[in-house]
Amino acid sequence: MTSSVRLWHYLTRYVDNFLLGGVLLLMLIGLLVLYSATDANLSRVSNQAINMLVALTVMWLVANIPLQHIMRLAVPLYMIGLMLLIGVALFGEIHNGARRWLNIGVTRIQPSELMKLAVPLMMAWYFDKHETTLRLRDYAVATLLLLLPLLLILRQPDLGTTLLIASSGFYVLFLAGLSWRIIAGLLLAALGSLPVLWSMLHDYQRRRVMTLFDPTQDPLGAGYHTIQSTIAIGSGGVIGKGWQSGTQTHLDFLPEKSTDFIFAVFSEEFGLMGNILLLLLYLVVIGRGMVITANASTQFTRLIAGSITLTFFTYIFVNIGMVAGILPVVGVPLPLISYGGTSMVTMLLGFGILMSIQTHPKLVKT
Amino acid sequence: MSGTVELRNHGRELRYFQLRLAISAGFVLLLFGLLFARFFYLQVSQREHYHTLAEANRISISPLAPDRGLILDRNGEVLAHNYSAYTLEIIPGRNANLEATINELASVVEIAARDRKRFKKLVGESKRYESLPIRTRLSDVEVARFAANRYRFPEVEIKARLFRQYPKGEGTSHVVGYISRINHQDLKQLEASGDSTNYRGSNYIGKIGIEQSYEKELHGITGFEEVETDASGRAVRVLSRTPPISGNNLKLSLDAKLQEVAEQAFGDRRGALVAIDPTSGDVLAFVSKPGFDPNLFVDGIDSENWDLLNNSIDRPLNNRALRGLYPPGSTFKPFMALAGLELKKRTPQYTISDAGYFSLPGSSHRYRDWKVGGHGSVDLHKSLVISCDTYYYGLANDLGIAKIFSFISQFGLGKLTGIDIEGEVPGLLPSQEWKMRRHKQKWYAGDTISVGIGQGYNLATPLQLAFATAILAGNGTAFRPHLVKQVQNSKTGALRDIVTQPLYTLDLNPENLTRVHNALVDVTRPGGTAARAGAGAAYTFAGKTGTSQVIGMKQGEKYVESKIQERHRDHALFIAYAPADKPKIALAVLVENGGHGGSTAAPIARLVIDYFLLGKLPAGAAVETADDEEGAHD
Repeated sequence: MTSSVRLWHYLTRYVDNFLLGGVLLLMLIGLLVLYSATDANLSRVSNQAINMLVALTVMWLVANIPLQHIMRLAVPLYMIGLMLLIGVALFGEIHNGARRWLNIGVTRIQPSELMKLAVPLMMAWYFDKHETTLRLRDYAVATLLLLLPLLLILRQPDLGTTLLIASSGFYVLFLAGLSWRIIAGLLLAALGSLPVLWSMLHDYQRRRVMTLFDPTQDPLGAGYHTIQSTIAIGSGGVIGKGWQSGTQTHLDFLPEKSTDFIFAVFSEEFGLMGNILLLLLYLVVIGRGMVITANASTQFTRLIAGSITLTFFTYIFVNIGMVAGILPVVGVPLPLISYGGTSMVTMLLGFGILMSIQTHPKLVKT
Repeated sequence: MSGTVELRNHGRELRYFQLRLAISAGFVLLLFGLLFARFFYLQVSQREHYHTLAEANRISISPLAPDRGLILDRNGEVLAHNYSAYTLEIIPGRNANLEATINELASVVEIAARDRKRFKKLVGESKRYESLPIRTRLSDVEVARFAANRYRFPEVEIKARLFRQYPKGEGTSHVVGYISRINHQDLKQLEASGDSTNYRGSNYIGKIGIEQSYEKELHGITGFEEVETDASGRAVRVLSRTPPISGNNLKLSLDAKLQEVAEQAFGDRRGALVAIDPTSGDVLAFVSKPGFDPNLFVDGIDSENWDLLNNSIDRPLNNRALRGLYPPGSTFKPFMALAGLELKKRTPQYTISDAGYFSLPGSSHRYRDWKVGGHGSVDLHKSLVISCDTYYYGLANDLGIAKIFSFISQFGLGKLTGIDIEGEVPGLLPSQEWKMRRHKQKWYAGDTISVGIGQGYNLATPLQLAFATAILAGNGTAFRPHLVKQVQNSKTGALRDIVTQPLYTLDLNPENLTRVHNALVDVTRPGGTAARAGAGAAYTFAGKTGTSQVIGMKQGEKYVESKIQERHRDHALFIAYAPADKPKIALAVLVENGGHGGSTAAPIARLVIDYFLLGKLPAGAAVETADDEEGAHD
């Protein structure tokens, strides 16, 4: 073996090629769509490429860490995250009416982003610890571990992140075997608490939900986004208007077209065919995540892998559902395609964990 | 579940987990299926609908306003034209604080109180999202100053626009009229007539005069541009273009120079003059004094100027030539004379002995002649030359109202002439039917007597008098009077005549006509009532003086001009045509409160005809001469 081959082997030892391939293909599509969405703004596209490289590096680094080490980080990460969230609630900086950021001198950080992984890690860790003696009480404790940060984030307010963390936590509970009766009970409780939740929502959040039912009610306000994005998708037809030829996109009718609404750009230019291809690609990645989850050897790795995979799916469904006008407008990006570095890093950090689970020697409990 | 779950069997636990995972996978597939169904609905089932919406988003049709046709006089002199200038415009609906914007704008370009008032009025009259001018006709310096400060006024737009201008100003105001901004009412009318699409790009519409009546010719056909626009409504590129077709040019019958001469001849007097070519119906001059500056109205008149015009005692906005109603007075007599001859109630030789009054048989009421003591022996010729009232009292009585009405209405009195501007009033030639309809009273023999000298219920507009005179001058041939002679197609340049054929020709005995013509020529000769005005005329000048009463006089009261307030003085009238043997011009002059027709109205006619036939320009405005005789009538 030559040294370069050995180096290559060394570098790709802990990389899951299947997952990486899916991620890279999606990123490539992301860059192409972004190029069109930004009207061929190369500096933004290269910016995004740098984001991707950073995220891929993070993924590679995490993939190289054996799971035991990651598991050890679960509790401290969660604790730090929780404290930072309390810090945000007390001293956080307000931007656009939301208190999400904490100034730590060097830079501003958004602790809720950290919690997207810290919460399922913590919950999976907890279930792993009590694996042999799972009682109802344990589910209650795990639920508490989920609710604590959730309420803090909901107060910021950040509906999108709350939703994503809530679902990642729920997936852990579900996969940990939460009884169907309790799930049904929780669903009922959730339905029952809707009015309470409604009263907690800010005006703009309520408007977003209301707009879902009738976007035309407020065509220039809250409904504008949805109306224009559905027009973009619908007018794309089966084969689309062609790359860089979407009228809704290039004549600025689409709002936030490089971030949360980038799917409308893709769909307008590539049509139903493109949509199917994109959904299939996403399915491949999700499917690989499921396979990794199924093969995982410990309670912790199973739960965290399942949660990461299903949360990835949740991102996709919530984002596309919102752009296609079947879900309310919440700030959830389209994974690997929307412009932005933070969510990209969080996403690939999760994939790094998946790869680590898949590629490190499995620990089989005896 | 009983609170405690002991998972002892690792294999069972794993199977249980994998079941949950499989359920999750099913959940994922189900929701992806839902997304797919949504895509199918949007992109296949509803594709057409969304395609249409996207196109509607993208493409906007912007109208291209056509250039308005020019208005020229018969010699090609420009009476209305367009010129390009810059305006500053604001869309009130897009501007939260109009007042602040205008105040700030005033620091860059001059905005007078008058501009503000005009703008305020426009805002009240217009739609919220219409672009309205706050300043028009910017100078080059102002354009430069605004351009340099443009960043401060994102809501103010500078636009190059075509403006209508009337170079003759007051002089042609009552003929040409003016255009002004399209208001709600105009819009409703345009919608009713189905023309609203053709006005999509137009801001102006003709309001009165030729600008109004020939709106369809002048406006042109709006073009369209299919423009791709972005979300903020900015045009990105032009997809297709249908150029506008300019409005047609109008060539008037009017002679602008003649009009000017007539205007000047009036001096400061109020009144009207209409001159018609009896061989064609061409209106050669159409004056209503005072006029107004039509240019004030184009961009919306400010309230100050409006009040000035609207409240003026001289009523400059009133088109006297078209709408002013005056008793024709003695100018009625030539038509009565012709009626007497034609209907064989009088022979040329028939002579009366005028004692200064006329009484109906069995009545003591005296219809007095203007000359106390009368004119002595009077035949038809003399009755016109010296304007004898007594002669016509008797003639009217002999003819009877029915015959007077049917004969004289052939000369267009008492009905619309059909001139090509709107707002004409029909005047009044009384009849038995009319009196019954209007006053619910039967006609008395006494009513006929004063009709005979153009008084009583008689009312005519100066236009009608000119029309009647033209028919008389043309020996019974009537052409519809028209201000526009030809319409020039803007595309082909082809000219189309407005009036080519006479309306009708009266069957009149040439001998009778000659007798009346001869008498009217003698009116302007020594011994006639307009002798002074006719002195030294280088052509045969036929005319008839007239006076119409402003205030009623009691029986036995004497009209003394000097005692009467200026505004209560009689109106002076004069009808004329020349050359008498082959008339090229027929006209009617009215001078409000001018006193005697011979002294104030006839000299104006003389100046106008002198210019028209001889090209002679008057030395100055007509000067009133007080010695010609003609008095007030009962």
